Amino acid sequence: MTIEIKTATLEPVRNTFANVERRFGDKPATRYQEATYDLQSETNFHYRPLWQPELELNDTRRTAIVMSDWYAFKDPRQFYYGTYVQQRAKMQEVAESNYSFFEKRDLARHIPEAIRAQVVRYLVPLRHLEHTANLNNMYGTAYGYGTAITQALVYNGMDRLGMAQYLSRIGLILDGNSGDALVEAKQQWLEADIWQGLRALCEETLVTEDWFEVMLAQNLVIDALTTDLVYNQFDQQLSEQGAQDIGMLIEFMQLWNKDAIRWMDAVLKTAVSESDANKALLAQWIEKWRGKAAEALAPLAEAMLGENALAAALEQLDKRVAKAGIK
Amino acid sequence: MAAKKLNIKDKYRLLTRDLDWDFSYEDRSKAFPFEEFEGIKITDWSKWEDPFRLTMDTYWKYQAEKERKLYAIFDAFAQNNGQLNISDPRYVNALKIFLTGVSPLEYQAFQGFAHTGRQFGGVGARVACQMQAIDELRHVQTQVHAMSHYNKFFDGLQDWSHMHDRVWYLSVPKSFFNDARAAGPFEFMVAIGFSFEYVLTNLLFVPFMSGAAYNGDMATVTFGFSAQSDEARHMTLGLEVIKFLLEQHEDNVPIVQKWIDKWFWRGTRLLTIVSMMMDYMLPNKVMSWKEAWEVYFEEAGGALFKDLARYGIRMPKYAETIEKEKEHVSHQAWWTFYTHGHAAGFHTWIPSDEELDWLSEKYPDTFDKYYRPRWELAKEMEAKGERFYTKALPQLCTICQIPMLFTEMDDPTQISYRDSIYKGDRYHFCSDGCHDIFEDEPEKYVQSWLPVHQIFQGNCGGPDVEDVLRDYYQMNVGVDNMDMKGSPDEERWKKWKGVA
Amino acid sequence: MSKVYIALQDNDESRYIVEAIEADNPDVTVLHMPAMIRIEAEGFLAVKRETVEEKIGRDWDVQELHVNLITLGGNVDEDDDQLTLTWNE
Repeated sequence: MTIEIKTATLEPVRNTFANVERRFGDKPATRYQEATYDLQSETNFHYRPLWQPELELNDTRRTAIVMSDWYAFKDPRQFYYGTYVQQRAKMQEVAESNYSFFEKRDLARHIPEAIRAQVVRYLVPLRHLEHTANLNNMYGTAYGYGTAITQALVYNGMDRLGMAQYLSRIGLILDGNSGDALVEAKQQWLEADIWQGLRALCEETLVTEDWFEVMLAQNLVIDALTTDLVYNQFDQQLSEQGAQDIGMLIEFMQLWNKDAIRWMDAVLKTAVSESDANKALLAQWIEKWRGKAAEALAPLAEAMLGENALAAALEQLDKRVAKAGIK
Repeated sequence: MAAKKLNIKDKYRLLTRDLDWDFSYEDRSKAFPFEEFEGIKITDWSKWEDPFRLTMDTYWKYQAEKERKLYAIFDAFAQNNGQLNISDPRYVNALKIFLTGVSPLEYQAFQGFAHTGRQFGGVGARVACQMQAIDELRHVQTQVHAMSHYNKFFDGLQDWSHMHDRVWYLSVPKSFFNDARAAGPFEFMVAIGFSFEYVLTNLLFVPFMSGAAYNGDMATVTFGFSAQSDEARHMTLGLEVIKFLLEQHEDNVPIVQKWIDKWFWRGTRLLTIVSMMMDYMLPNKVMSWKEAWEVYFEEAGGALFKDLARYGIRMPKYAETIEKEKEHVSHQAWWTFYTHGHAAGFHTWIPSDEELDWLSEKYPDTFDKYYRPRWELAKEMEAKGERFYTKALPQLCTICQIPMLFTEMDDPTQISYRDSIYKGDRYHFCSDGCHDIFEDEPEKYVQSWLPVHQIFQGNCGGPDVEDVLRDYYQMNVGVDNMDMKGSPDEERWKKWKGVA
Repeated sequence: MSKVYIALQDNDESRYIVEAIEADNPDVTVLHMPAMIRIEAEGFLAVKRETVEEKIGRDWDVQELHVNLITLGGNVDEDDDQLTLTWNE
């Protein structure tokens, strides 16, 4: 039996959920809006956490940054889970074909020993930095406030795990899957002088309590500097030395960084424009971590690239900071 | 040099497991500060067995495939007004409970697993928790998207997150997850990863979702089963956690057993609401609550506990009470909501004669004896134009926060009632299970935000219940609540279907 | 002996997987329910890559199983060649 339905009777009674309507008016909403705004519980918590009894389960006081609305941190990419994984799936498809090509054609064979040593010394140990970044982004996911920022943090956290795994694969490609390159790289990370500054800095971020500060130290300061040093300057140096094939293996990270920078800069700008107090605090944090990171990375940058490399990376960071409204 | 072929286990180990390191510059226990206070002893994180070895690239690939399929169906559902294909508009009321009561729990699971995914000192366990965290975010978001279309055509879904933080019956699921998240990271894993995911969520996501399919709800069954495909990973994580804790140190066994006792009881109480959704809110029936309970709790849970016996773990405490309750809880819960239907954010109704017969058939030992007479009386009253609503606000159990609706199992006409005095105040409980949970951690549970107490104390507006509903809960009074009969939902449905 | 089980979404891909499971585990019970297929066995069940590949006629990765999986019961062991479910008693 079919019943003819008059379209007029199928008018919706409302266009979107009430919370989205309160924010954006009574009109059809995007999937990003419905999957982001006001998802997190705001009030009437039942029990204080045994692991932090001075605060509520969800509490704005886990950072010194103050926002009148934590949902102001709109993600310019408008990632919700579905769009996020589909975007990354596309990137991994390209990466997979690059890695497969590299392995199938055994391009590692054409890499001179000196270059191989450089890659194991300078690139592969970064898997430990990515692992730190994974933890630091999960920290913000767990203790941050409002889905707008915490969902972007969990995506970033999982991305960092993914990149730690890609960097590990580079090691495995170079050592014929024996794992020797990974052992060698870890030895570098644990013992080589050039890495100790960065390792100490990673450990310091992991014991820093304010989640916004951790996010800033990791995703803005440390990432900006290491990205420019490694995925820009070191990549270029490898190309000049005839090892441009390595570029295929780090294309994912280069693409990813563009995407992450767009988000992080938007976060910074929003927090800065909220209040002078935020602005002053952010400026102070950036100065603090910029100083630490510059010091930590100096020996690595110099060994890897030469003496002007770090200054160039710092210049990139300073430009972004200025653009966000911090002089 | 020919590369040697790596199998999945070695590959995963090389890519993931060796990423962490021993700290030289900071105190590592400050980076992972919550590992010890619960008394759990971990001697060697490297003994952790990864049940599934998904690297992120594979994760993105398969999850994107699932999402593509899912959203194609959501689009088709909306474009074709799929809501017209459901069996009966009463069914949508189960979705209202789902969105206001369950989806926010997915969100809390996201937060809870992010917490353990940051705090565990072992990279294997940590990564598994992180993956579950992002999956849980997926679940809440896909649920919101699946309900988005229903929200445009039915009442009661519109302010789900606001309601979850305030409405009296929604404090039941909310406090359950608050309880787990407020606990230490290992208790959280036993509570949610093991007790809830391994045994209890199956009851919601498998038979209920199969029921959604049977009632023509393509959007819900699709998100339900798609979410459940992640759940298989989560269940396995829960089981690995338990085995890991029990293998790490014998001192962990009694702690884990205590948590199992607590969380199976907590979970059983929470599922009361699902029992009522299964037995009363699915117009086309797949199986009764009792049958579902037998398959997913007694059979599957029984097998699980036999497997764990080698570690010295026994069945959860109160298993005998739980077994008897399957005959009763759905009826007691639906009756409570029916009589409080003016204060609920969804519609209630008297089951049709056909449905009453089905219940009699499925519950031969209890339904005719204890519950059918109530519905016959309710029918008589309704026929006289005196649809019954109770005036009183219910007394709530301090632990599960469910109204005192459960009866003694050896006398199903007698309300079960326990109490306890702590620091001069009296606290009320629905059962021995809830009473014992309180006794073990009174300092935690005296904090409970009990909605009825809060209303009496004037913290939810008022003075009348209607004021609370309208102003504090932000319900559309007279639209979202009351009986299905005469509701705007029903009116619209009739118009769509051309029925007078 | 307790039952291990696996449930799959009722779709075309699952049908080949179910066929493969039936071929490798002759004593399984297959239950068709609304929108899902539940397969039970006493104590042990294996989903083997080779058999699925044979049935489906293409390369098949054991981890692809997750796309259509609804639930399972039993201790899981997954490697390149198979996923197994067992209860220890």
